[in-house]
Amino acid sequence: MKSAIYYKTKRITINLIIHLFLLTVAVSCLFPLLWMLSSSLKTQETIFKDMSIIPKEFHFENYYLAWKEGGFGRYFLNSVIYTVSVVIGIIVVASLAAYAFSRLSFPGKNLLFYIFMAAMMIPLPGSFVPLFVLMNKLHLRNTALGYILAMINVGLSTSIFLLKTFFDKMPKELEDAARIDGCSKLGIWWNVALPLAKPVLAVVVVFNALNVWNEYVLALIIFDSKALMPLQVALMNFHGEFITKYPLLMAGLTLTALPIIITYIFMQKYIIKGVTQGAIVG
Amino acid sequence: MLNFYVTFLYKKMRYLKLLPGLLVTVLLCGCGSPGEKRSEINIVIWHWMTDREPAFQELASRYFKKTKIKISFELYAPSDAYSQKVRAAAQGGTLPEIFGVLGEKRDFASFIKAGHILNLTSYMEKDNAKWRNSFFLNALAINEFFPDNVYGVEAGIYGVPIDIMTIQMLYNKDLFQKLGLNPEQPPVTFEEFLRIGEKIKTANLQGLVSGWGELWMIDCLANNYAFNIMGKDKVLATIRGEIPYTDPDWIKVFSLFKQMQEAGILVDGIVTMINKTAEQLFANEKAVFAFNGSWCVNVYKGMNPNLNYAAIPPPKVTDKYPMAIWGGAGSSFMVNARSKNKEEAVRFLQWLTQPEQQVYLAEATNNLPANKESLERICNKIPKVLEQFADDIDIATHPNIWGISEFSAVIEAFDKGIQSIIIGEKSPEQVAQEVQRIKERELAKIRK
Amino acid sequence: MKIKSILENYMFVLPALVIFAIFYIIPFVWVFQIGLFDWDGISPTRIFVGLNNFIEIFKEDKIWWQSMWQAGYITLIALTFQNALAFLLALACDREIRLKNFYRLIFFIPPILSEVVVGLVWQWILDGNYGLLNYWLRNLGLAHLARSWLSDPKTALTTVAIIHSWKGFGWGFLIFLAGLQTIPRELYEAARVDGADAWYIFRKITIPLMVPVGVLVAILTILGTMQAFVLIIAMTGGGPAYHTQVPVLRILASMRGSSRFGYACAQGITFGFILMIVSFIQYRFSKKFRQI
Repeated sequence: MKSAIYYKTKRITINLIIHLFLLTVAVSCLFPLLWMLSSSLKTQETIFKDMSIIPKEFHFENYYLAWKEGGFGRYFLNSVIYTVSVVIGIIVVASLAAYAFSRLSFPGKNLLFYIFMAAMMIPLPGSFVPLFVLMNKLHLRNTALGYILAMINVGLSTSIFLLKTFFDKMPKELEDAARIDGCSKLGIWWNVALPLAKPVLAVVVVFNALNVWNEYVLALIIFDSKALMPLQVALMNFHGEFITKYPLLMAGLTLTALPIIITYIFMQKYIIKGVTQGAIVG
Repeated sequence: MLNFYVTFLYKKMRYLKLLPGLLVTVLLCGCGSPGEKRSEINIVIWHWMTDREPAFQELASRYFKKTKIKISFELYAPSDAYSQKVRAAAQGGTLPEIFGVLGEKRDFASFIKAGHILNLTSYMEKDNAKWRNSFFLNALAINEFFPDNVYGVEAGIYGVPIDIMTIQMLYNKDLFQKLGLNPEQPPVTFEEFLRIGEKIKTANLQGLVSGWGELWMIDCLANNYAFNIMGKDKVLATIRGEIPYTDPDWIKVFSLFKQMQEAGILVDGIVTMINKTAEQLFANEKAVFAFNGSWCVNVYKGMNPNLNYAAIPPPKVTDKYPMAIWGGAGSSFMVNARSKNKEEAVRFLQWLTQPEQQVYLAEATNNLPANKESLERICNKIPKVLEQFADDIDIATHPNIWGISEFSAVIEAFDKGIQSIIIGEKSPEQVAQEVQRIKERELAKIRK
Repeated sequence: MKIKSILENYMFVLPALVIFAIFYIIPFVWVFQIGLFDWDGISPTRIFVGLNNFIEIFKEDKIWWQSMWQAGYITLIALTFQNALAFLLALACDREIRLKNFYRLIFFIPPILSEVVVGLVWQWILDGNYGLLNYWLRNLGLAHLARSWLSDPKTALTTVAIIHSWKGFGWGFLIFLAGLQTIPRELYEAARVDGADAWYIFRKITIPLMVPVGVLVAILTILGTMQAFVLIIAMTGGGPAYHTQVPVLRILASMRGSSRFGYACAQGITFGFILMIVSFIQYRFSKKFRQI
């Protein structure tokens, strides 16, 4: 007869092993972040000389300089507008399409779905050339709208794929009930499917937000006007062809990472919320 | 069918209150900048030089005060993205008045043939070639096409150099002292250079750092030695396909890298090192030698103002032919041939390359001016090392002035092959054969 | 009535289709067309060469195929190591465990970090002379293992693959966690009441319910890894020699290095079709697996 102590030690040991494992991985993830933070407080001279994680002197002015020299104020707002618009756009457009691919029937459905999937896989080298010419013709070049639409397209396929997988997993009973209550198809999509898909929608939000937030090549190509540029462009100016202003770059990178971390923390709530919703059966 | 969405939207209005606000913001942003009517002339310049942006802005405002012509320097970094932007704009026909073409001479030629770049010869030759003569010959040659060139471009000068650069060997004087060497007597011959490797090893220091993960830096040193070992004519004959890369002289060039590796003069991991890492190591006195361009003076100054170092040509292998280093125009600007403001654009570039502006640019950014007279003027004001870089501009050469280009595939095989030699994967002979095989393949393609 | 219903269904995919048609299909047709030409990306004239670019890829371009295998190797490590790590961590964080909110946050740091920082930090850790890893190895008496990890041809590719996996596991973790969270707790409770042990519950409830999510993560991993290049440029620049070259780097080399736009487009299309075939086989295979 195994005693209660045996089970208790066993549980404690297992927990210990799990924590040890989690902690090791966590340390490896935290280290570069700490390095970035500590480097952002050093000077160009000390950054590679003094490799300690806690700097000898704290140069907080780097943040001020990065903000000012990089023109963060203006770019920051642009990036927020682009990110929010693109993410909302993708959530609406991709979830509509994914819902249709998962639940509704129409001729050519599978073919269309496969075409979308193929788009995830075929890289288009040099596609900036036709994109540029096309947007020029449509008078979308050097406009925020053009950039937003192009970026919606970038995240579209992957988001449809993610959402469809989760819609497929969801039970049909609730939707049937809603249909019997006289709900329209759009109504079911909005009132039943989307709320149930909250965890994966949160993943889609984080994925696309990070994508848009970090994008700069397309922005550089289609925008001429500085007033339209996103935040990453400011960072590129610290990371020059010949000279990299490392402390300012690190300070800038820290500042740009913050909104993404906040978005992630905010979205996590929805990923975890699934627990209480219990109604979803795979 | 439209009411399919509309009815739904109405029903769900409470969720969508934010949307109109957002749309308005987006549209406002979209319509802000273009379309404003301007009667006065505005010269737009696209550039990629982050470190020169403040100086350019200052010069633009000086020019405006003088002429009331507005100059807009617009920075698009990094240079990869800049290069794509210029190409896309060329296809879309939206190039600005002044821009730069990055890349090889072949790409430059394509831009000219497509009618994007103005031939500046007539401006250069005016008043007894006053403008032309103000430049270093080497710097101008990079933007020049000679009669009957292989690219099929009409002979002429198509770009204005704004600064010059050379790429040389650097050594740390303090570390030299530590090694028991005379800091005023750097190695002159390749053998002396190799012998220092032994000392570096025992002193537990690092030898040569350079960005040899970026291929062109390898190409540069290898070609320096090719000029030294076989002379310019033979190098060019090889490019024309008249002499194979399996020639003993070329094998000798490849072998130099094996010798350097065996002598312990190369830093561990040089084959994947990017130049910024190399600069970081040299600036922090961890490496005795560096192979780097004149832009480094500004970089080292930022990281370690007390760095005690000097620039020398790479130690020579033989006295048979002169040593060559790479150099010439650092950055150049081209004028859009289709712009209606091209005359004003040329006038601005003429002003920009006058001694006064060149001195300002050189001092503000620690670069070497392309204008001969200004270099003399600032000689006492610039760091000593920068002067050493400038001194050797006369022995500088560059693939872009040879009048003929090697195939990209061959260059890649050549540089990657040298990496293979350094990591001990292939012998110099093997690499020579491989390079030659690719050379023949490319030649066959052309003949077809 | 039926037609109206079908039209209504089409309305759901219409917005996606319109954006897709303008911003993807048109460039795709262009790229496909350029793949049949010899063009430097600048000149107004393009020389039609038919399928010559494709023939060159298949017959002559050995380095292209080497880079393909190398990307395959990195993908294999990502599929096994990265996804196993992601799944284990997600399982651990799905339990009622202390600090789980902290862990959930921390594990998502690598995907957020800029490649510049990741490159700098890992290069510092892995450096042959001053690297932390070699320092520890020497202190542990394992000096013979010390090497310059990123420029030694024997270790470069695996090192890159592991760093890539480290940077990417956060995504798998997140999706697995979202998947695990949608498994109703009642199922676990019911099984426990019936006397099932943890291992049995894991095998009979968790695993079957997670298979579709696993397929999703696997496909996203294949795509993400095969197309990764920014991190590789930051770590090794594709060297030493060709040891860490991947197809996307080859495409960039054709386009920027040699100004062969036509060839680059042909490479992109070849690459895309190979990826498509692999993903399709995997998708089909997993569908069958699910039906069993």
